[in-house]
Order: sequence, then structure tokens, then C-alpha cells
Amino acid sequence: MSIMEQLPVLLIIGPIIAALIILAAGWHDRRLCYPVMLLSITGQFIASLVLLLQVIQDGTIRYYLGGWAPPLGIELVIDSFSGFILSTIMLLALLAIVYARRSVEAEVPAEKIVSFYVLVQLLIIGLVGMTITGDVFNLYVFLEISSIATYTLIAGTRSPRSYVAGFNYLIMGSIAAGFILLGIGYLYVATGTLNMAEIAMLLPASYELSTVHAAFLFLMIGFSIKAAFFPLHLWLPDAYTESPSAVTVIISTVMAKVSVYAMIRILFTIFTTAYIIESFPVTEFILLIATIAIVAGAILAIAQNDLKRMLAYSSISQIGYIMFAVGVANQIALEGGLLHILGHAMMKGCLFMVAGLIIYRMGTSNMLELRGVAGTMPISCAAFALAGASMIGIPPTIGFMSKYYLVLGAFEAGYWLYAAVLLIGSLLAAGYIWRFIEIAYFGDHHHKGDQTTTPEGPISMIAPMVCLALLCLILGIFVEMPMEIIGPAAMILLGGI
Amino acid sequence: MRENVVIRTVSRLAVPFIQLFGLYVIAHGASGPGGGFQGGVAFAAAFILMIIAFGIADVRKRINNRGIMIFSIFGIALYAAVGLLSILYAGNFLQLNVIEAALGIPHLHGILIDIAEAGIGITVMAIMISIIYDMADTGGESA
Amino acid sequence: MIEVIFDLFTSHYNYWMAIILMLIGLYALIAKQNLVKKIIGLNIFQTAIFLFYISFAEVTGGTAPVYLPEGAEALYVNPLPHVLILTAIVVGVSITAVALSLIVRIYEEYGVMDEDELMKVVRER
Repeated sequence: MSIMEQLPVLLIIGPIIAALIILAAGWHDRRLCYPVMLLSITGQFIASLVLLLQVIQDGTIRYYLGGWAPPLGIELVIDSFSGFILSTIMLLALLAIVYARRSVEAEVPAEKIVSFYVLVQLLIIGLVGMTITGDVFNLYVFLEISSIATYTLIAGTRSPRSYVAGFNYLIMGSIAAGFILLGIGYLYVATGTLNMAEIAMLLPASYELSTVHAAFLFLMIGFSIKAAFFPLHLWLPDAYTESPSAVTVIISTVMAKVSVYAMIRILFTIFTTAYIIESFPVTEFILLIATIAIVAGAILAIAQNDLKRMLAYSSISQIGYIMFAVGVANQIALEGGLLHILGHAMMKGCLFMVAGLIIYRMGTSNMLELRGVAGTMPISCAAFALAGASMIGIPPTIGFMSKYYLVLGAFEAGYWLYAAVLLIGSLLAAGYIWRFIEIAYFGDHHHKGDQTTTPEGPISMIAPMVCLALLCLILGIFVEMPMEIIGPAAMILLGGI
Repeated sequence: MRENVVIRTVSRLAVPFIQLFGLYVIAHGASGPGGGFQGGVAFAAAFILMIIAFGIADVRKRINNRGIMIFSIFGIALYAAVGLLSILYAGNFLQLNVIEAALGIPHLHGILIDIAEAGIGITVMAIMISIIYDMADTGGESA
Repeated sequence: MIEVIFDLFTSHYNYWMAIILMLIGLYALIAKQNLVKKIIGLNIFQTAIFLFYISFAEVTGGTAPVYLPEGAEALYVNPLPHVLILTAIVVGVSITAVALSLIVRIYEEYGVMDEDELMKVVRER
């Protein structure tokens, strides 16, 4: 079937056309934007699931743009790793879009709504492109598409502070992108090709060259900034806190995960384990930084009074968990890391949705003003508790399963001390999650006025939130389901098959 | 704005040539150095020169925000249409030689590349002008 | 020793120049207080990377990669980095445009262009 073969490129071209239709429809009538957006994202989500099933059945899908084979042309590659990330991000994007409608109406000026949806669509195009491309320079281009959309989206609220947050992120992001571009240049100098598979094939001959080391370091630093890996995370709290709630949901789940994906791709597919463990041993260093990130992020999160800011710092800690898996670099730990990408996307998406709904309803995200909020918003606080339990790692949630695999992996590699830090990280997570739970459930009731008489929020905001909270639980119990695809993905990364 | 005869006359003379050069660069994209982006920027440069010389209100009469939006959508749509056309002829995206083989017209792929480049050029021109408009709109009364 | 360093510099001077230019840009990006100067620094930083690409595309004695009558016999410089950099320039232009419009809005809102003062004003509000 022809349309099935063309699916990878339609996944990118379709939304571009959808973005144009949104723009044109928005000019005609602002209310038309949202249905078009929802339709296009749903289509993308279904396409990503179809591709994932195809990958499970028939193995890696390769698509040559313009019919030009790899050394000359650009190829799109969907293997089990990118297929897994693709469907994860599309699921989160779909739920975030469902959630966005009312939240955006409340937080974004009416005349900006059309461009808001166009930009969200462009952001998702960029992220999907980053996930499925098999060409490093193409990766850079899609990275920049998504980054430019993000800078503008962050600056999209009514609050002028968001302009400053957007500008600061722009500076950091552009430095990161510059480093990535430079790293790609060094890779090209060393190998003479830009195709990921070809680079991986040609690179071993020049592992000892300082050109390759330089390329590696530039790419690592660049993607570390993009993924907010610990010492380079400074842009993240402001960007997450000041942007509109719907945007926070999208960038904290979808964008952060794709940046980590790109970093793992670079580390394991292009440089391969032979390089990062033997020729240029960085895994131990990554492990060390990751453990510092876990602890430092969690401690900083405990110190925050703003709910969104607390969750933002918690993201830094959770990125540490994923990088921990990269540092251990064996099969079980990587499975845990990939599962944590899925799990963290779901729980952090849910938590930020709760934060957004609280802002929508209460007009503030300052925790000191939210005492007893559970009385007014029981469903949201229950969802928060469930996703929070997953964040801490209480069985049988998905957060427990991913940390369990991480600890097993660390044991297998003999990193006993580091495994202990994982548990400390969990305790600290309990600290900041419990802090909000305590305030919400056991604080004095200040908001008795409109208690239980009105629904706590629009159904389109509650439904995705509850859906994610339940998914945290269900996928934790039936963990074999995601593991079926994660196992082969981790194997591909480690050079098997 | 103070009248300046020299600037106005020179830009009035220069604008058609800059635009012609922009079109040349776009049309030359398939077979030599050039292409949609460079040509589009050169074309937009003519408008920017007009904005500097005659003021923004004068240029807005020729191309307003609605026009910009239509141009930019039309440009990308043209590009996407050429790409998707090859899918109709059972090739991959932008695989133009299959169309040429199916229709049997020599050098058709060059023509199709030119159409796609023209689409890019139109979009780039529109976006460049809209950036200038946007800056002028928000930048207080200086423009 | 001096000669070795001198050789290292002269044999790869294009890379050295690109890196020096990049560091100038990075310095401006980090150390300058004025937001517009930061963006100029960002542009210098990006341009340095573009120059790096263009310089390694050079083939000694090569001509511009336009198809000559000699065909494949002629010695061309590598055209691929040029194409890549064309894309990167587009990206750079877009980022500059976004950055400048953000600065315009920040200035409209707070009336300052200086980073330290901006932080002070933001904190006060």
C-alpha cells in the first residue's frame, strides 16, 4: 500500500499543511483553529501508533526523501527506539492539546490564539522531525524549528515576565544550538558524511582523533543545555514557570523528552558504547553528574514556594534519573531509563496539568495560598497524589518500575553507592510531593465559599489529567506492555541486532 | 519624516532592478547557485528599501498583513504540492524524476524544482516583510 | 617549541580564526549588559560557526561548485557545507528576528535595555 510507505514523510508534511490551514481558518474565524489542530494531532497520533506496530512487526523503517539513498540524500529512520519515543510524545501532545483549549483561552490574549496554535503545531513538527530523522544536520534543523517555536510560545502569556524568560531561554538555547552545529561540523570533518548510520560505521577508524573528541564534547554540552542536564539547567525554572500552563505541559513532557532522546541517539547510535565506555570513557562522569542532578534538583524543589517552579526543579532531578541510565549503560538500566522517559512524561504532564488547573481556578500557584485546596478541587488533588506517588516511586506505579530497573541495572554494574543515591532521590521526591499534599489536604480551609457547588474545572481539562494519572498506575501494573518495545530499543542502543 | 529627494529618486530607480535580480536568483535555482531563499530575501530587500525611503504606510498600501498571510500560505502550499505530486506518481516525497518519467516531458524535473523554489521564494519574501512590519508596529512611534 | 606552535597556528589558521571569532561572540553574549549587544554577540557567534563550515569546504585550487563545461573533470570545492550553512543562516535570521521582537516588547514593558536593571525591575514588580 502506497500510503503506508509514505507515512513517515506525511507525519511531517501533513502537520505543516495543517498549520497553514489553522492560519487561514484562524483568519476567517478564530474558533475554527482548535478543531483543525485537534484533528491534525489525532491524525499524527494514529499515524505514530501505526508506525510503531509496523516497526514491531517488520523491523526498522527507512524512508529516503526524494528517492535519494543515504550517502546523498536525507533518510527518515524509525526503529523501535524512535518509534517508542514518537508514540510517547504524540500521546502526550494529544492530551496536552485537549487540555490546552480552555487553559489557553484563560491565559493567552485572544488575538494571539491563532498564532499560538500554529506555533504549537510547528513545535510538534520539529519534535517529530527530530525523533524520526536519520541525518544529523536534519536533526539540527528540526531542533531549531522546535526551539524557535518554543521561545515564542514561552513569551506568549499576558505577563511581561514571560518575555524575559523567553529571552533568557533564547540566549541559552542558541548557544546550545551553536555548539551542536559546531559538533556536527567536526563530525563531518572526521567522516565526510552526515547520515547517522554511516557516521557510526566510519567513526571507529578515527576514535583517537581529537577532532572526534571535540565533536563529542560540543554535542554533549549542546544537548545537555537543551535537555536541562544538571549544571546547565539554569534556563529551565523560569521558562517552565512563566509560560502558559498548556505550553508548560507540552515543553516539560514532549520537548524535554525529545532533547534527551536526541542526546541518547548521539551517544549510543552515533558514538556507540565502544566510544563512550572505552575510547573516551565518559559514562562514569555522566553517572556522577546524574546523581548530583538527582539530589540537587530535588533539594532545590523542596525549597520552592511556587507549585510550578517546584515541579520545574523536580524535572531537573528526573532528567538526572534518565541520564543515570545512560551512565550505567547496560541493558537493564537502559530499559529503566527508557521506561522513565515514558513514565516521567506521563507523571510530570499530569502534575503540570494539575498546576495549570489550580491556576485556572484559584488564580495563583503559590503554595502558601493554596491551603486546603483539596476541599475545592478533590479530583485534581487526587490526580496529583497518584502522579506524585509515581514520582516518588511507590509501587505499583510506573515510577516505581523504572526506578526498580535502574537500581537493578546499577547493582549489575556494581555501582552500589550510586544505587543508594537513587533511593535518597526518592526520599527527597517524597519531601516535595508530600509538601503540597500536606498543604492541599491538611491545610486550613480558606476557600469555603464555592465549595463543591461548582464543578472544579472544565471537563476538557480534567479528563486528560485523570487519564494520565490512571495511566501512571495502569502502565505500572501492566509494565510488560511498554517493556515489549523498550527491550528491543535498549538492545539497539547497546549495539545488538 | 523629512523629504530627501536623492534617497527617494535613487530607491525608486533601484527597486525594480533589485526585484528583477531577486526573480533571476529564484529562476536560476535549479541549474546554478541561487534558489528560493536567497531570491526571496533579495526581493524582500526591495520592499525594505521602499519602507526606508518612503515610510511604512506607503508600502502597507501595496502589501498589507492579509496579503502577506496569503502569500506565505500560497508559497508553502506550492512547495508542498510539488512534493506531494510525486507521491501521486508512486515516488517518494519530492522524487521528481518519477513525474518526468510518467509524463515523458524532458527537463520537467527542473521546471518542477523551479516551481518549488518559487514557492519558497514567495514565502520567504512575505515572512521577511512581515518581520519588518512587526518590528515597526511594536517599536513605538519611531517608524 | 615556538615554531611548533607557530606551525600549528599557520597550518590551521582558518580554524583558529573561527574559534577566536566564536569566543568573541560568546564573550559578548555573556558579558555585555545591553540586550541588543547580546544579540550582536549571538550573531558573531553563529557567523563564526558558518565560517568554520565554509573554510573546511575549501579545496585548494577548487572552483565554485557550478557545473563547468569540463564536467566532472574540473576541481570543485565541496558544495555540501555551503548548502548546510545556507540553512543555518536562515535559522540564524529567524532567531535574530524573534530575539529582536522580544527585546522590543521587553523595552516597551519595562523601559530598560540593560540586563542588570531589567532584573532589578522584574524583581520589584
